Amino acid sequence: MKRKSVTVVGAAETTEMGNIPNLSQIALHADAALNTLADAGLKPSDIDGVATAGEAPTSVAHYLGITPTWVDGTSIGGCSFMIHVRHAAAAINEGFCKTVLITHGESGHSRVGSGDRRRWGGGGAGLPEQFEAPYGVVGPPSTFTIPWLRYAKKYGIREEQLAMVSVIQREWAGKNPRATFRDPITVEDVLNSRMIAYPFRLLMCCLVTDGGGALILTSAERARDFPRKPIYILGTGESVETPMVSQMEDCTTSRAFRVSGKKAFDEAGITHKDVDHLMVYDAFAHLPIYGLEDLGFCKPGEAPEFIWERNTAPGGKLPLNTNGGGLSYMHSGMYGMYAMQECVRQLRGIAPAQVPGAKISIAQGVGGMFAAAGTIIFSNEPP
Amino acid sequence: MAEIRRPLPVPTPETLHFWEGAKAGELRLQRCDACRHVYFPPRPFCPKCASRKVSVFKASGRAKLYSYVINHRPAPGFTSPYSIAVVELAEGPRMMTNIVGCPQTPEALQLDMPLEVVFEKQTDAIALPLFRPVGK
Repeated sequence: MKRKSVTVVGAAETTEMGNIPNLSQIALHADAALNTLADAGLKPSDIDGVATAGEAPTSVAHYLGITPTWVDGTSIGGCSFMIHVRHAAAAINEGFCKTVLITHGESGHSRVGSGDRRRWGGGGAGLPEQFEAPYGVVGPPSTFTIPWLRYAKKYGIREEQLAMVSVIQREWAGKNPRATFRDPITVEDVLNSRMIAYPFRLLMCCLVTDGGGALILTSAERARDFPRKPIYILGTGESVETPMVSQMEDCTTSRAFRVSGKKAFDEAGITHKDVDHLMVYDAFAHLPIYGLEDLGFCKPGEAPEFIWERNTAPGGKLPLNTNGGGLSYMHSGMYGMYAMQECVRQLRGIAPAQVPGAKISIAQGVGGMFAAAGTIIFSNEPP
Repeated sequence: MAEIRRPLPVPTPETLHFWEGAKAGELRLQRCDACRHVYFPPRPFCPKCASRKVSVFKASGRAKLYSYVINHRPAPGFTSPYSIAVVELAEGPRMMTNIVGCPQTPEALQLDMPLEVVFEKQTDAIALPLFRPVGK
């Protein structure tokens, strides 16, 4: 895309976060959308583009009373919203629409009105149903985690190093009043927590909560008409690899991450030294390790030590998952939206755990079990 | 009351040779006649060169343990804890499976350990390829 041609002019999450039994999934989309419209000073009738996942764009547009000239229902897991941003930027530049609303809402915990509940463990005729489901994969904790032991053996990584990812993210969560879990934890706490799928223990797995978030995008030329400081899209990337974790080319690295990340860096024309803040979708504790390496911040095998040495912790040189992440902040099921919300807060200078002077921030999303990836590089500096 | 089974595959025309093979006690893979690439899961064309000229052959059934988890949560048709593994077949492709015939412990499940296929009958139509340590 053209650098800084498109901006985020509205960003907000649902009013409540965590346990929201009084709102259905579509109402969570709407709550996030209404908060975001208010943030941008807009009404639904000002929106002419709608992108969403989990619900159809048809449902969201109708529910909010929007008549779009462009929609995107790309639904490839938790990074779908990164990919919506990328597609929306192209659509705005092409003139298909002027003002795009991207919504996420998910009743992940309360399961109110969530029609898309995944049928984990069901047999069937699709390739994952034929060649993975019969072996007892029952949801992400027993599926997404399978590649890790190969990585750990290749690079000689100890379980304490994996546990440290959770410990440091809890430090960040402790600074965030909206985080679900805020009490400090130790490596011992993580390693003493209940075994879920060896070698992954409970505190290495993300939360399951309710929530939502939304973004509004428009062209950089129109950004001055909006109340908030515009956040520019600097670079974008997307890719997919395989719907079956067993068919990854290499379990120690994600091809989708590498392809998406490189595309975004190339578009942005920046180097790793330029990055002030990073969000890597952390469904499980190994995800930030893969993200740091596959985006090129660390050499293969070196991310665990990079994290252990507190480079991604408060006060470190690369603040990572500063909202507490899926491990401690919230995780409704498709977490990518919350990663981008934190990027926008950091670049607006309003994050609870603010990185002083942050100018360039990256959100790296994952979809499925290393199945898909989306990367967005944001900047608060005008073109 | 029917026994609670694990989820079972529903073969399609493109995968039937694999499941027919499993029922007959054979692990069947496909090889591209044009570029000799061996691949899995089944497809009626080569995923490397796109040739439609492909053949089914009987694999050796030998593999090594590539990666795994030991699931401690309940799952229909399983007694926890149980391993969910990815094995690398001697012919190259990897596939998901369960490791059987040994304790479901990190000590007994060592990466790169040699394995051999065994077939476990589920129904009259379906047998699943599972793997056990060689020589057990």
